[in-house]
Amino acid sequence: MKSTQQLERQLKRRSKAAKLEIWGRMVSLTALLLIVAVVVGIIGFVASKGIATFTSNHVNLWDFLSGKNWNPGITDAHGKPEVGALPMIVGSFLITILSALVATPFAIGTAVFMNEISPNKGAKILQPVTELLVGIPSVVYGFIGLSVVVPTTRALFGGSGFGILSGTCVLFVMILPTVTSMSADALRAVPRYYREASLALGATQWQTIYKVVLRAATPGLMTAVVFGMARAFGEALAVQMVIGNAALMPNSLVSPSSTLTSVLTTGIGNTVMGSLQNNALWSLALVLLLMSLVFNLIIRLIGRKGRLQ
Amino acid sequence: MNSKTQNKVAIGGLYGIAGFVVLILLALLGFILVSGVPQLSWHFLTAPGKAFLKGGGVGVQLFNSFYLLILAMLISFPIALGAAIYLYEYAKDNWLTTTIRTAIEILSSLPSVVVGLFGFLFFVVKLHLGFSILSGAFALTFFNLPLLARSIEDSLRTVSDVQREGGLALGLSRWETVSRVILPAAVPSILTGVILSAGRVFGEAAALIYTAGQSAPALNFADWNPFNISSPLNPMRPAETLAVHIWKINSEGIMPDAKAISSGSSAVLVIAILLFNFAARYLGKRLYKRLTSA
Amino acid sequence: MFVNNDVMNATTKEERHVIQLNDPEHPVILSTEGLHVYYGKKEALFEGDLQFASNQITALIGPSGSGKSTYLRSLNRMNDRIATVTGKIMYRGVDINQPDIDVYEMRRRVGMVFQRPNPFAKSIYDNIAFALRLRGVTDRHQLDEIVETSLKQAALWDQVKDDLNKSALALSGGQAQRLCIARAIAIKPDILLLDEPASALDPVSTGQLEDTLLSLKAHYTIIIVTHNMQQAARISEYTAFFNQGRVLEYDTTSHIFTNPSVQVTSDYVSGNFG
Repeated sequence: MKSTQQLERQLKRRSKAAKLEIWGRMVSLTALLLIVAVVVGIIGFVASKGIATFTSNHVNLWDFLSGKNWNPGITDAHGKPEVGALPMIVGSFLITILSALVATPFAIGTAVFMNEISPNKGAKILQPVTELLVGIPSVVYGFIGLSVVVPTTRALFGGSGFGILSGTCVLFVMILPTVTSMSADALRAVPRYYREASLALGATQWQTIYKVVLRAATPGLMTAVVFGMARAFGEALAVQMVIGNAALMPNSLVSPSSTLTSVLTTGIGNTVMGSLQNNALWSLALVLLLMSLVFNLIIRLIGRKGRLQ
Repeated sequence: MNSKTQNKVAIGGLYGIAGFVVLILLALLGFILVSGVPQLSWHFLTAPGKAFLKGGGVGVQLFNSFYLLILAMLISFPIALGAAIYLYEYAKDNWLTTTIRTAIEILSSLPSVVVGLFGFLFFVVKLHLGFSILSGAFALTFFNLPLLARSIEDSLRTVSDVQREGGLALGLSRWETVSRVILPAAVPSILTGVILSAGRVFGEAAALIYTAGQSAPALNFADWNPFNISSPLNPMRPAETLAVHIWKINSEGIMPDAKAISSGSSAVLVIAILLFNFAARYLGKRLYKRLTSA
Repeated sequence: MFVNNDVMNATTKEERHVIQLNDPEHPVILSTEGLHVYYGKKEALFEGDLQFASNQITALIGPSGSGKSTYLRSLNRMNDRIATVTGKIMYRGVDINQPDIDVYEMRRRVGMVFQRPNPFAKSIYDNIAFALRLRGVTDRHQLDEIVETSLKQAALWDQVKDDLNKSALALSGGQAQRLCIARAIAIKPDILLLDEPASALDPVSTGQLEDTLLSLKAHYTIIIVTHNMQQAARISEYTAFFNQGRVLEYDTTSHIFTNPSVQVTSDYVSGNFG
């Protein structure tokens, strides 16, 4: 009986392992909570700064979203500051959609080639090259845009060469590797027997690709494209270097324009903290942040739909 | 058009697209290397920059890039590791975990300029760190954390659950099992992820222009006391990196040989990232081999 | 005709037959009382109370999904995170299923070896030594000695004694499994639980493993889950037959395999189902 009690005491004493377990759990949980705090902090800070334009400077939200004149230092005829963000919003969306439109067929086409037509060449040449290019810094893309794309645009269409078109070209090349590599992943996830079944039924390779493989991979391909768009929308420096940075409504693809990110990059350093000029820029940052949340949401919705199928 | 011709045309088209893309990608790489490599010299890589004169180098910027990279990795790696361990080894599959995962995903999808602006607001202005290495390192940490955490979590996933059971059955706590059994087995994969993320951090500029700043004061490479203002190690000095340098000299346009310097710097960045890529593959494979063979 | 005969006999058999142990030479060391295991809402085990005799081998047999592995894994609480286990698990008079039991200390006394050999990505030596080091055994000579004894007990010493610093991942399946046994016994447990330890091994390795287990009986109480009925018959003193979450029959191995009291057991051991 005595030995039983002794054993029970031994088994109920908290061991070193149990103490370590509590310690490890706490440490790793702290690290996780730190990341969560960063996310909450970023969203909270940017939101509170971005809202100040509307709460403490009393700018009308609708004027902000639809106004075409961006000149936060100047008041218009009605005594209201000119903080119309429409040119930048339009610029950002235009450049994002155009570059995604151009990049999508190339990216998916290349992914299909890599995965379906010539897996050998794909694995040997295309995959390493795309993976490498995914990692090229965006300033390098911007610099190449500046030294190759802008002069070419200038030669072809006249003007300065800066503008939406140059920005689109740069972003197209920049998101191409990302979208290609994600599309290839999506195609790779389609089970082999889908293709075999289709080919066994007498379908040609193209019919198999078009009707079976692409269809089965649609959610993954859409995710790839939206991911590319999110990257294009949020890209700052590469775009800022080639777009011309004129906060005007873009009236042609080859006239200097601006995007949310380009105005932010050039503006934040030149304004005084707490001033309307500065607050208005934070409102642009808030728009940027909200859009990135929207892209995130879209990717999630696609993922959920893909799972349901 | 019957299905056979259609097939031929379509496949031909795909060959065309793939060929065109390869052409673009190779032209891109070719341009960077052809225009940049001739600029590279010992002088270019080590000399300090000159603002209004030709013939400056990128020595200071290059040093800053590496210093920031190392600091950012030193801060972000333990945090990312801890977070990944909690998420994969401890977290229960419930709404709270899902929410936290979503938060991390949001952080990874935030434009880096937004991360940089937050760094500016919080570290530079609120905490009075000014444009400094420290502010930059924190901004890079935020930029790096979510992707690194996810890559480590994926590495943990590659280690089979039977290894975890093996540790637990020996009377080890989950924490001891993870730190003594699972992590060592996941090292090759974790290392690959870390090096790849280092490449991304190395080339990042948007998060840095308002945190680490856009100026590169001359450094005295003989002075390694971190409290001296001209010491390379001083964490409170502004530190323009190579990537920021490319952006800066191209948007300012006061440097007469900005183009040559940018070409050279771009080549350095791309070559560095190439090396990171190769190192990641090589080391990952090698370590894995060492782990599994005699 | 033969099959019909069998069915005729069925009427004379009991529905459930579980003996109580009473062997003074091999007293009961572990037993369960009112053990129930739930995965979520689903009850995986609801009638599985057994007693285990010390320094004997007890085999748990039964078809897939019968609850035998679930039962075994509950014994050292490896199911804690994935299932709810209620009831008592009495180990030398102490209920180790109480929440305030230190599971880590308990598992050092009730060790386990798994179906798939799971050597760690370390050297052969470190696979055995590292759990000891974590518990404060740092003396090199002492470690060397324990490693050697454990490997000898697991009948692996002669094959690996010159390669102790090589990666354990390079071992063959049978060697790896014996290394796992060596690893488990290095921390000197009281009871060794084995969950189908030979199912991933070839016949020769299986035979060696069985010899190892028979020689370990002198030092440890062994409970083994197996799909292989010949194996149970060859090595165990007692056998429990599980079916659909219940222990249908528990008796000496010779009784179970020669003259089972329950019809389903008889069908199972004669290969009529499962």
